[in-house]
Amino acid sequence: MSETKSTEWHRVAKTGEIAADEPLAVRVGDHMIALYSVDGAFYATHDVCTHEFASLSEGFVEGDIIECPLHGGTFNIRTGEALSPPVSDDLRTYPVKVEGDDIYVGIPDD
Amino acid sequence: MRAAGFAGRIVVVGAENHVPYERPPLSKRVLTGEDGPETTYLHDAAFYREAAIELRLGTRATAIDCAAKRVDLSDGDALAYDKLLLATGTAVRRLAVPGSELDGIHYLRTIEDALAIRARLGADARVVIVGGGYIGLEVAAAARSRGCRVTVLEMEDVPMSRVVAPEIGRFFADIHRERGVDVRTGATVGGFEGGGRVERVVCRDGATFPADVVAAGIGIVPDTALAQAAGLAVDDGIVVDAYGQTSDTSVFAAGDVASHPTPPAGRRVRLESWQNAQNQAIAVARTMCGAGAPYAEVPWFWSDQYDLNLQMVGVPERWDRLVFRGEVARRAFSVFYLNEGAVVAANAVNAPRDVRYARKMIEEGSRVEPAALADRDIPLGKLLTG
Repeated sequence: MSETKSTEWHRVAKTGEIAADEPLAVRVGDHMIALYSVDGAFYATHDVCTHEFASLSEGFVEGDIIECPLHGGTFNIRTGEALSPPVSDDLRTYPVKVEGDDIYVGIPDD
Repeated sequence: MRAAGFAGRIVVVGAENHVPYERPPLSKRVLTGEDGPETTYLHDAAFYREAAIELRLGTRATAIDCAAKRVDLSDGDALAYDKLLLATGTAVRRLAVPGSELDGIHYLRTIEDALAIRARLGADARVVIVGGGYIGLEVAAAARSRGCRVTVLEMEDVPMSRVVAPEIGRFFADIHRERGVDVRTGATVGGFEGGGRVERVVCRDGATFPADVVAAGIGIVPDTALAQAAGLAVDDGIVVDAYGQTSDTSVFAAGDVASHPTPPAGRRVRLESWQNAQNQAIAVARTMCGAGAPYAEVPWFWSDQYDLNLQMVGVPERWDRLVFRGEVARRAFSVFYLNEGAVVAANAVNAPRDVRYARKMIEEGSRVEPAALADRDIPLGKLLTG
């Protein structure tokens, strides 16, 4: 089966760059990622909606929910769970760690 | 209904020969050929099998007997029901001027319509579009992307006058002209000429346009014949209450065909939008399962033309002030419709998040300072009262 995957941490932003109502889009290699600030903690998901091609970082944040700007489908920011139509496929999430005011996103080594 | 826990029999009767699909891409990526029609399907056939939802496609309901709770079908079969949902939608409004029956005059509603028009959008084809609403303008954009020579004939003084302020209609007319579309406003079609196939479009003022293909987008009319014949209340659509129930307690309606009350005045509307088709249906499904809530969403709509995404929220009937936010010349801006100080509607071009805040403002009846709305240094979230 598969060997243990390691996670590579990438420094992507400063904590001050992300407002609670305005996610930040960052790119790590081929990964398009949206960074969010929810209740003072930081989260990361894939930036592309699972329904059609739209950038979730341009969407609307309410609490821990991100709404896609194209058709209004919603996801849970923390878990990536698809919450309301037209989205039905969950969103990929990425681990986040903060050191000082640096935000790191973990990309699995796959 | 399955998501709400309903485990009984569900049968969907659809006149079209396709699994249920969404229409917005038919005037966009399916029309240009970028996407195949199967990309519009809401779910594949396996989904319905797994959910035990029976699909009777290519089958028309021909009569409803409300007393007997039975629907007669075009294939001779009949279905008994406990609860019935009418989602018969709309049909395209057809031209009635002389020559309207000539070949080469197309309407756009179904997958077949889209594929038929697509086949005619060859490079240099002369395409005349009757109707400058968002359907006509989206077809114009698609045709230009295929290298066609495009003319749009709009009866009113500005395009999209039913849905947006004249300033926005003019903005889009200019965008289309910039892209090489001949946009004619105040142009009413008087007739079509040709030998079997359309060759010319003639306007009432005598202006004549040679055409290889004509696409007409002049509106849609609710498909209420079945409901009317069954004795259900009909008034520009099937009349329903906030829960989607018709004048018969076992019959419901949702989507383009449903005329429903809107808060706060309870004024009836019939919305022709993807959002309403989806969300009203979801709300009515819950009602049919016995766990309903009143459906009352602020209408929301979008149109994609070239690289511009236009979003509209709220239905602007009366406004005394328009406030622009952002620069029109940069093609990324929003405009707020204020009436007596409150936001009643908003449009956004390439600024979808603004429209989302506007929706909250409309829901809350927010009174906002026009200067603050116009100031991009003030986040819209700060202007919400809630």
